[in-house]
Amino acid sequence: MSSPPKSGDLPAGPLQPGTAAPDFSLPETPDQRVTLSELRGPVVLIFYPADWSPVCGDELSMFQAASAMFARHGGQLLGVSVDGPWSHIAFRASRKLGFPLLADSHPKGQVSRAYGVYRAADGTSERGLFVLDQAHRVAWSYLSPIGISPGVDGALQALEALK
Amino acid sequence: MNEGGGRLAIPVGADDHAQGPDDAAITLVEYGDYECPYCGQAFPIVQELQRVFAESLRLVFRNLPLSNVHPHAEGAAEAAEAVALQGRFWAMHDLLYQHQRELRAESLLKYAEEAGADATQVAEVLARRGTRARVENDLEGALRSGANGTPTFFVNGSRYDQSWDFDTLREFIQAELDRG
Repeated sequence: MSSPPKSGDLPAGPLQPGTAAPDFSLPETPDQRVTLSELRGPVVLIFYPADWSPVCGDELSMFQAASAMFARHGGQLLGVSVDGPWSHIAFRASRKLGFPLLADSHPKGQVSRAYGVYRAADGTSERGLFVLDQAHRVAWSYLSPIGISPGVDGALQALEALK
Repeated sequence: MNEGGGRLAIPVGADDHAQGPDDAAITLVEYGDYECPYCGQAFPIVQELQRVFAESLRLVFRNLPLSNVHPHAEGAAEAAEAVALQGRFWAMHDLLYQHQRELRAESLLKYAEEAGADATQVAEVLARRGTRARVENDLEGALRSGANGTPTFFVNGSRYDQSWDFDTLREFIQAELDRG
C-alpha cells in the first residue's frame, strides 16, 4: 500500500484518466475492511456526500438497479462517503444495496482527498465517479454537481469500453 | 462519450406508450416507478401539463422500477404492461398511481379489470412473467440514458435536471416551445 499523499501533493480536482489509482484500505463494517489492491478486476468508485440524503439514495439505488449490468463486465461497485461504518450498515440495509459502502471517516476524508473529491468546506465527499481498469488505473472520472445525481450511464460506458 | 449529462438512449418509437400527437413539438418521456411517492406526486402535475400544452405535448411513459426500495414496483410494472397487451395501458397506469399504497397481486388484477381488461388473461400473462422482458428492457434503457432517480424526465431527449414542480416544468417546456 502506498503511503497517504502529503497535503502538498493533493490533486486539485478528480484524478484524471491514466493516473494510478491511490490504494486504500477502508472499513466496510467495524471489523471488516476493503483494500483496493486486494481486489481483482475493474472497480467503480462512487463517492457521495452522505448516507440518508435523498439524492444519494437515488444515486445508489440507480447503481443497485444497474448492478447486474456492471457485473456482466466484472465491475466491482464500491460506494464511499465520510459516514462511519455503523451508518453505512443501517443505510445499506434500508436501501437493500448489494455492494459495499466504505467509511472514509477516519482520518476523515483521507481517501476522498487522495482522489481529489473532498469538499473541505462541507467536510464531505463530492459526488465523484471513477472507473478503474484491471490494473487499477483511472480509466474515466466524472464530477457531478453536488445536487444532481449523475446516473450510471457514463460509468457503464467507460467500463464497457475497457479492453 | 456521454459525460453523465443524460441523453435518451432509446428513441421514442411505435412500441412506446404515448399520449398526444407523434409530431408534437415536445416529447416528454417519464421513467417512473408505480410505488415511488415522488412519481405519485408527479402524476397530477404531468396530467396538468398535458391539459396546458394539449396538442403540443406528447407524453411517453416507461418503466423504472427500483426494486431495492419499492418491493411492489416491478409487479405493478409487469401488470401495467400485461394490461397494455389488451390496449388499456393508460387506464391501468392512472389506476396504479391512484392506488400506490395498495399494489399487491390481487389488487393489481382488480385494477386490470377496472381498466377494462380481461383479468383472467392478465393473470395468465403475469403467471408466466410474459411482460418481464419488456420491463427489464425499459429499466436498462433508463440506466443507459442516465436516469438518476424516480421519476426521471427527458424533454425532447435530454434529461431534465431541474425541479419538476408544475411551474418550473411548465416554464421549461414553454421555453422549449418558444425556441421552436
